[in-house]
Amino acid sequence: MTSEPLWFIFVNACFINNFVLAYFLGICPFLGVSGKLDTASRMGGAVTFVMLVSSLCAYGIHSLLIIINAPYLQLISFIVVIASTVQLVEMFIKKFSPTLFRALGIFLPLITTNCAILAVALFQTNRGYDLIQCLIFALGAGIGFTIALVIMAGLREELDFTDLSNIVKGTAITIMVAGLLSLTFMGFAGLGGH
Amino acid sequence: MNTTESSVNKLSTDDFIKGLWKENPVFIQVLGMCPVLAVSNTATNALAMGLATTFVLIMSSTLVSAFRKFIPKQVRIASFILIIATFVTIVDYCIQAISLELYKALGAFIALIVVNCIILGRAEAFASKNTIGKSFLDALGMGAGFTFALLTLGAVREIIGVGTFFGVSLFGHHYEPWMVMILPGGGFFSLGAWLLFFNWLKERQKKRPTLQTEGEVIQ
Repeated sequence: MTSEPLWFIFVNACFINNFVLAYFLGICPFLGVSGKLDTASRMGGAVTFVMLVSSLCAYGIHSLLIIINAPYLQLISFIVVIASTVQLVEMFIKKFSPTLFRALGIFLPLITTNCAILAVALFQTNRGYDLIQCLIFALGAGIGFTIALVIMAGLREELDFTDLSNIVKGTAITIMVAGLLSLTFMGFAGLGGH
Repeated sequence: MNTTESSVNKLSTDDFIKGLWKENPVFIQVLGMCPVLAVSNTATNALAMGLATTFVLIMSSTLVSAFRKFIPKQVRIASFILIIATFVTIVDYCIQAISLELYKALGAFIALIVVNCIILGRAEAFASKNTIGKSFLDALGMGAGFTFALLTLGAVREIIGVGTFFGVSLFGHHYEPWMVMILPGGGFFSLGAWLLFFNWLKERQKKRPTLQTEGEVIQ
């Protein structure tokens, strides 16, 4: 597994096995923050950043846990690292862009419970990636998440102008559209011979 | 003493039932979507995932409720997550010991129970404010509602997508399975269909206000 070329790891995480549309990770922010294009792209940026930092930390922690022979602490330490990173990002955004802070609202602290981020840490450990591969993987996953979020936000902005019956409005139509997007992304499977 | 106990009990049955239907975590609150979509490709996986989540939910809600007076407000989320992560690690190792096949099928999603919004949501919104008994019943109800939702979704996807139910063939050899229902897209479609159904129910209830109040009186 470790001999995978870097470009393949990137394309795989970004398109072929897109975290949102193929692995169903990070669905909550995907449904929650995809209302506006602007917010969606910034949210994607924040998630990508948290992914990169937590991927780096997770790699260090995993090496450390192997040395002290305590693999059962893996999950607990990963989640603590992610929670602290999110806290850091939150403080950073609050200081430098209060508008963005308000726009993201409750979904910023909820990055902690974004499965996509914990999944990056878990997958890279399971697949035995080295440091560079880990970072490329996290970058690919983050960009893939952002792409899915931005496409969805664009579609939903258009949806706002269409005349829908009350039953379909809201989550139901969003999930249906996500299903169509997911089918579309399956077309990328040919890229890597997966 | 007796009166307070009975009143708590009376409230508690309601705490249990609301998770099943009125505040169903998946269909009404739309929480914890990731495992719902990812693991509902067969009924067996769905049931296992539902039970594992229910166990974690009950244990962490009870513990959070028991410690609610000792945990300072500033670090409560971190403490909740630590408690949840501990129980998830236990479940992870238990499933690995009981059935390796199931463990491989569920994959990383067992570990990902940690970040299931339902569990943290119930810890924050209910368990940290209520007594142990009430939190236990609330967690039980939410867990049952979650399992029920996962199972309905998993059953639909397995029956249409493979033509089996819990591995038992239903339609014989001539059935051409709809592959798409097993693929990620199918997960979105079937969940969307269920949400449509529940929205339709809600709309219908709104149109008949008298019936609804009657139902509440009976409850």
